[in-house]
Amino acid sequence: MTVEVSIPTILRSYTDGAKAIDATGTTLDEAVADIESRHPGLRERLVEDGALRRFVNVYVNDEDVRFLSGLATPLADGDTVTILPAVAGGAEGAR
Amino acid sequence: MLVIAVEIVEEIVAHARRDHPDEACGVVAGPEGSDRPERFIPMVNAARSPTFYEFESGDLLRLYRDMDARGEEPVIVYHSHTSTEAYPSRTDISYASEPNAHYVLVSTRETGAELGAYELRSFRIVDGVVSEEEVRVVQALDQVEPPPNPQRRPSP
Repeated sequence: MTVEVSIPTILRSYTDGAKAIDATGTTLDEAVADIESRHPGLRERLVEDGALRRFVNVYVNDEDVRFLSGLATPLADGDTVTILPAVAGGAEGAR
Repeated sequence: MLVIAVEIVEEIVAHARRDHPDEACGVVAGPEGSDRPERFIPMVNAARSPTFYEFESGDLLRLYRDMDARGEEPVIVYHSHTSTEAYPSRTDISYASEPNAHYVLVSTRETGAELGAYELRSFRIVDGVVSEEEVRVVQALDQVEPPPNPQRRPSP
């Protein structure tokens, strides 16, 4: 399965500036492993202890994979995967 | 330095007052690479909290798709602090993920939802390092003169 993965600005240092890259895999986890083989370091920015990091959102087509099966979410040929860091923060932990 | 139109400053402050005591958040988008904050986009704080904000996941995807389609990027990411100063917290710093954006903070701790003095400051947050920058409020983006009404300018 080949899918197109869109890369947010902050992670484009891993993809030589590319906004989108192709990846193969039958699940999101496999696609991330495939990306890691060509763009080392990216996986760690997305995955921690075998699960997606809390403040990284990953969508398959239009659906947040948290509402699907997380890293086990199946991929079909031509799917689009979108990675977006959460936009979050707040006064918790104010100096 | 952030150059911002007075109209956008007023929108950001009005949003912060409207959502007080919860934190308000949003984006001002502009053409990619232009550094021009042109399109004010208030967002819903999915956390509905006085000490935390987060764009709702579906809203976030729609926002970025829309900006992409228009050739825009988030020039400003803004949010309010409602009981502390307008300075990035540890939380703000750890989640900051737009290295090209101006992070604008507004504090409503003095006047809450009411009109009156407010604090608005702007920062770059890159790799965990915060640098404050000057905010120049202009009548319109292409005009460098400050607006005629000094009361409209943010407190220093």
